[in-house]
Amino acid sequence: MSPHDVVISGIGLVSSLGEGPDAHWRKLVQPGLEPVLEAARFSPYTVHPLPEIDWNLQIAKRGDQRQMETWQRLGTYAAGMALDDAGIKGNDDLCTTMDMVVAAGGGERDEAVDADILAASESRNDRDVLLNEKLTTELRPTLFLAQLSNLLAGNISIVHKVTGSSRTFMGEEGAGVAAVETAAARIRSGQSTHILVGGAFQTEHSDMLLGYELAGYLHRGPWKPVWQRQGAEGGGVVTGSGGAFLVLEQREHAISRGRKIYAELGPVVSGRAKRRQGELDAEIAALLSQAALPNGELLTISGASGAHAATAAEKSALDANPAITARGFSTLTGHMKEAQFPFAVALAALAVERKAAYPAFDAATEKPFNGVPRTVLATAIGYHQFEGMALVNAA
Amino acid sequence: MANLNDHMGRPIVAVTGIGVVTSLGVGKADNWAALTAGTSGIHPITRFPVDHLNTRISGMVDFLPSSSKGASLLTYDLAEIAAQEAVAEAGLDWGDFGGPLFLASPPVELDWSERFSLYNSDKHDIGAERLLRVARCLKGLDVFETTQFGSIADRLADRFGTRGLPITLSTACASGATSIQLGVEAIRRGECDRALSIGADGSATAEALIRFSLLSALSTHNDIPEKASKPFSRDRDGFVLAEGSGALVLESLEAALARGATILGILRGCGEKADDFHRTRSKPDGSPAIAAVRAALADAGLGEDKIDYVNAHGTSTPENDKMEHLSLSTVFGERIGSMPISSNKSMIGHTLSAAGAVEAAFSLMTMREGVIPPTINYDNPDPAIVLDVVPNQKRSAEVGTVLSNSFGFGGQNTCLVMAREPV
Repeated sequence: MSPHDVVISGIGLVSSLGEGPDAHWRKLVQPGLEPVLEAARFSPYTVHPLPEIDWNLQIAKRGDQRQMETWQRLGTYAAGMALDDAGIKGNDDLCTTMDMVVAAGGGERDEAVDADILAASESRNDRDVLLNEKLTTELRPTLFLAQLSNLLAGNISIVHKVTGSSRTFMGEEGAGVAAVETAAARIRSGQSTHILVGGAFQTEHSDMLLGYELAGYLHRGPWKPVWQRQGAEGGGVVTGSGGAFLVLEQREHAISRGRKIYAELGPVVSGRAKRRQGELDAEIAALLSQAALPNGELLTISGASGAHAATAAEKSALDANPAITARGFSTLTGHMKEAQFPFAVALAALAVERKAAYPAFDAATEKPFNGVPRTVLATAIGYHQFEGMALVNAA
Repeated sequence: MANLNDHMGRPIVAVTGIGVVTSLGVGKADNWAALTAGTSGIHPITRFPVDHLNTRISGMVDFLPSSSKGASLLTYDLAEIAAQEAVAEAGLDWGDFGGPLFLASPPVELDWSERFSLYNSDKHDIGAERLLRVARCLKGLDVFETTQFGSIADRLADRFGTRGLPITLSTACASGATSIQLGVEAIRRGECDRALSIGADGSATAEALIRFSLLSALSTHNDIPEKASKPFSRDRDGFVLAEGSGALVLESLEAALARGATILGILRGCGEKADDFHRTRSKPDGSPAIAAVRAALADAGLGEDKIDYVNAHGTSTPENDKMEHLSLSTVFGERIGSMPISSNKSMIGHTLSAAGAVEAAFSLMTMREGVIPPTINYDNPDPAIVLDVVPNQKRSAEVGTVLSNSFGFGGQNTCLVMAREPV
């Protein structure tokens, strides 16, 4: 234990299961919990939809809410929850010195305008002119700002006054891994004392599904738990809307404020397997070894997406280590892309803090865990590229 | 024996390779010749029809084979060409860089040409449903990869043999500077001896242009394109959308000297501060930009009197240039009237995600060559902005230190301080 350790002092979570760390804990410890599914709206795809959210609770001004689409609202909301949880929200001194790393994709396009242009393109040869004609007249001017990747962070600055620094990382799950890894490195080296880090994903939009389906990654047909989709119709990924933000803090900074500490964030490791050259198995093994796993039984919160190849590789690596007991939370929340790794770290921190493991999320595949988890591993093996893991230790 | 650590005991970060592409050309030599001659790269748009558009000019990079092949492919090529120049200059192995990659690049979306082609390859259903059905039957990953935010960096990592998980970032128009800042920080933390920082932007599509137009951000001075970008002028009316790339090889001074590399300059300090005022406008008192400049100076261990030249953000929008003047005059006080401050954007336009990296490259060359590129089109000075903008003609000068500013939508403010010598 050192004063420059990185600790987790705030958690904000939203998923189809509800909002907040307590609500997620209460749901997730129920054995045999059924997922919340929406199978009709985007058929043949199933998604885990957002719960009912009262945006006013974290985004006081209607004007701010109107400037965002759901993705930015969701992230700003989850970030606000994490700041509240850490006792930072509304504290000017802490907010203006707080750093921020957000993992982001892009925001929602206007589906109606796009559909209109596509429909018109069937009878027009001058499609580039059509595009100019429609976009100049039909696009809402401020929609661009709701689509820009770095404007989730921008909105967090505006709404919650976090202004120490603001960086946005892009690149699917890898962005979430790099965000947590960089934030932790900055605290360990003394470059920062407290950092807001996380991301959000709003899947209930056709473009967000298209981002997976252009490579056939989405699972189709009846829903199945994340470990049981090999060989089923489609590519194995079932997505979910959600967000996860963490407040990472230097240990002595958190202690001096008298804050509750969920857990210590241990090593965060990341990699880029050249998957086409068959490197994924070796890369996962290398990350497991770099993470310096402790002896004894190890609860593992897996961010496995369900994507056939990546999930098979991760499962076989985890199964190969008899000490590991995995919980694939995508079974219950769906895959949340940029938010996947922060979400995994948050669930790991909760288990450490509550001194209890989650029951199997998929009793047919996952084995029981009987001990008290003092250390929990969190993973995110990207559905297409990039890999990361973190060890979360008792505070 | 040079001092290898800075005023805070951190490894000094040197630049050992520089690469650049803009509408003025490929590579440092062509760019520098044009830039110091006061040549503009702004020209009429030919990549797509300009019917219905208020802005019909840009600083697009139109001379690459991928220039008409979509934002993702062009951004990759721009990044690769600049990085290749930088890595070659550094004398490093082209395929085994051996340090991390930090890429500033624009957010990606499925290009309209792909949307049209997918949609019209089928007749069943309408709108998004049809796109999704066509998508899942696609063979090959080419279209898919243009929509993955991490794919450009993944390809670059393969190409240059960078180490570990590459970071792709966006801080809007400050992105290029942030990519350099991340590299500097990684070296200072001792995580690596060298880093490859790239800013690249080939995203000047019709939709991008229209989006900025709808926010009234772009110049509409279409008639004489090369005159449209006029930072700090009274009649400035917006920025000119442009493309380009800049790449730096960053190395700890110790590692660079140990392998006998030529030191092209020093990345001495980085500073940032987010603005919580508005999504596109800065806080009226300029305090976040002021704080970012001061943070960069403090990080560099230099007082205000130690900056020889400012490479301005200087976008040529009414708002930016006014606020940049306010923040610089607040930080530098009376001295501001006699400090040279020029805007590369007067010639190359605003290269968005690449701007911070392109302008860092030009800042380093300014020091090495002892020549300050001018702010062109400065025919009608804004009387409210009294600055020595190095008007219209290059100037020979001893420049030992440069401050380079980058400000972006979403309250992004990032400043870099560079020096010619390690000191």
